[in-house]
Amino acid sequence: MSNTDFVLAVEDLTVSFDGFKAIDNLTLYLDRGELRVIIGPNGAGKTTLLDLICGKTRATGGSIKFKNEEMLGKPEYRIVRAGIGRKFQTPSIYENLPVFKNLEVSFPHGRGVFGALAFKCTQEVNDRVQAVAGEIGLAGKLDWEAGLLSHGEKQWLEIGMLLMQDPELLMLDEPIAGMSARERELTAELLQRICQNRSVIVIEHDMEFVKRIAHKVTVMHQGKVLAEGPMDKVQSDPRVIDVYLGH
Amino acid sequence: MNNAFLTWFRTRGLFSWLALAVVLLVLFPLLLDSFRLGLVGKYMTYGFVAIGLVMLWGYGGVLSLGQGVFFGLGGYAMAMFLKLEASDPESTKIQSTPGIPDFMDWNQLTALPAWWEPFQYLPVALLGVIVVPTLLAFVIGYALFKRRVGGVYFAIITQAIALILTVLIIGQQGYTGGVNGITDLKTLLGWDIRTDSAKLVLYYVCAILLLLAILGCGWIQRSKLGTLLLAMRDKEDRVRFSGYDVAMFKTFVFCLSAMLAGIGGALFTLQVGFMSPSFVGIVPSIEMVIFAAVGGRMSLVGAVFGALLVNFGKTYFSESFPDLWLFLMAALFIGVVLAFPNGLAGLIDSHIKPWLARWRTAKAAAPMAPADPAPPPVPAAAAQPPEPSLPAHLAQEKT
Repeated sequence: MSNTDFVLAVEDLTVSFDGFKAIDNLTLYLDRGELRVIIGPNGAGKTTLLDLICGKTRATGGSIKFKNEEMLGKPEYRIVRAGIGRKFQTPSIYENLPVFKNLEVSFPHGRGVFGALAFKCTQEVNDRVQAVAGEIGLAGKLDWEAGLLSHGEKQWLEIGMLLMQDPELLMLDEPIAGMSARERELTAELLQRICQNRSVIVIEHDMEFVKRIAHKVTVMHQGKVLAEGPMDKVQSDPRVIDVYLGH
Repeated sequence: MNNAFLTWFRTRGLFSWLALAVVLLVLFPLLLDSFRLGLVGKYMTYGFVAIGLVMLWGYGGVLSLGQGVFFGLGGYAMAMFLKLEASDPESTKIQSTPGIPDFMDWNQLTALPAWWEPFQYLPVALLGVIVVPTLLAFVIGYALFKRRVGGVYFAIITQAIALILTVLIIGQQGYTGGVNGITDLKTLLGWDIRTDSAKLVLYYVCAILLLLAILGCGWIQRSKLGTLLLAMRDKEDRVRFSGYDVAMFKTFVFCLSAMLAGIGGALFTLQVGFMSPSFVGIVPSIEMVIFAAVGGRMSLVGAVFGALLVNFGKTYFSESFPDLWLFLMAALFIGVVLAFPNGLAGLIDSHIKPWLARWRTAKAAAPMAPADPAPPPVPAAAAQPPEPSLPAHLAQEKT
């Protein structure tokens, strides 16, 4: 396994839960600045793959290299600090805190115990919160308690919390689940803007949405990569039609 | 300017702190006789444990049922020093080995154990009061939180540690004084701590330290660390996947609560004049949680009032209804927790503060009001009483 130019190189990744291989010898490469969408039927192992990359689940074998650095076996917070951000499937925000605090807490300074004690909300932090809030369309709701936001706004807030960290690789698990048509559109625009200077992996089921945002699509099935390539090529692949898209 | 200062004061919850300071420093010394004041001094030492639990349980969401361990360790560290001072060869000359604590002599020890030696020196003992509980908490916390042990399991393990320490203290009679504890403490560097005037001084020392500890904890609550604790309680995984080592934050707040409990224990020993395993075990540890629950586990000042109130209740009930008092205490606890889950402080937040705010708005709207710059229109969301679980400084901090 040599060094590569890929931002993320997943090779021969395997994880088995009591003999069931949720991810089976999976290999996947991601370019810098690429927006990759992973699709596949339920239980194909899409979320598990993200769990493995961000360290939530421990792999049985294989390798995950981020910028040529092995990520397997590192504690979660080190993986995050290396530059990998992860959004969960259900919006995972601090409902009891104001939107501002949600974003402020995600700013990547003062991450140690004593650093957090000494942390001050400087002009720089404040500017960044304002900028990100503008990006995700919540500039007017900074003092709202996050729990009062609508479902779509919560999804955006979580994306905003990741943007605060400015990760080089952003992983989003079903970011538009439960959103209205208008919100989907705004989210697609948001994703196109934020992948300008970073790589993004998105898990999604909505084919219209996938078509709109994807540079490349990976189809997973039973823990393996079934097909990979541009959307129109993947869509016409008979195996993909068979297991996922339907006739 | 004046208004800005008032706002600054209010967002830091300093009005309730000031009220507590007045009660502790002025009201009680004026109104209570020296016996009752001594009792308040004793209750205040539990206040340290209670504010530690506000940080650990209220903010950190980690319930420890073993705070008595740290209270006891702090208390014993202090008691060891005082006991050694009280056991000079002159006053222990009737013992078969003069110069060692009496209980050691009764247990056929002929020399001071090596680990007692450093406690001859006050600075070492004072350091021990702080370091020993903190270090033990660090070891327990690091081991458990790194393995993601939390919730009920953590509570059970801390409870087991309280039991273990009690058994250890009682079993090692020759080294610890056994079930009687370390008694007959007389002087601190030659200053008799049993006189009324000494008790008054110790009362003030205790009250001032407690008030300072509340300020310190309030500062931590308002720091990013405080926000992170609340965030962890809400969505631990989100904090972890935002690049924070969650286990270290929990360990920190556990150490903080242990240190506060240790200081409380040391002040207890000084004021009451002895330390025994009955303040270490499971029952006192659970009582300490009751103090915080009754006072309000999100409010530092509330928790201190909780500690005072529950202990007053305990003394009053046990004096007036010797057979019934435990049941009455239990009823008080269940009643408060059922009726006001955020304790007495939560009651004030949800009932008295909105009433005050209405009263203030009504006054400001009156035509006779001075022509101050018009108050900014209150957004609809802010006019609502804040969620009781949301600390005041977060609810009011607008950008």
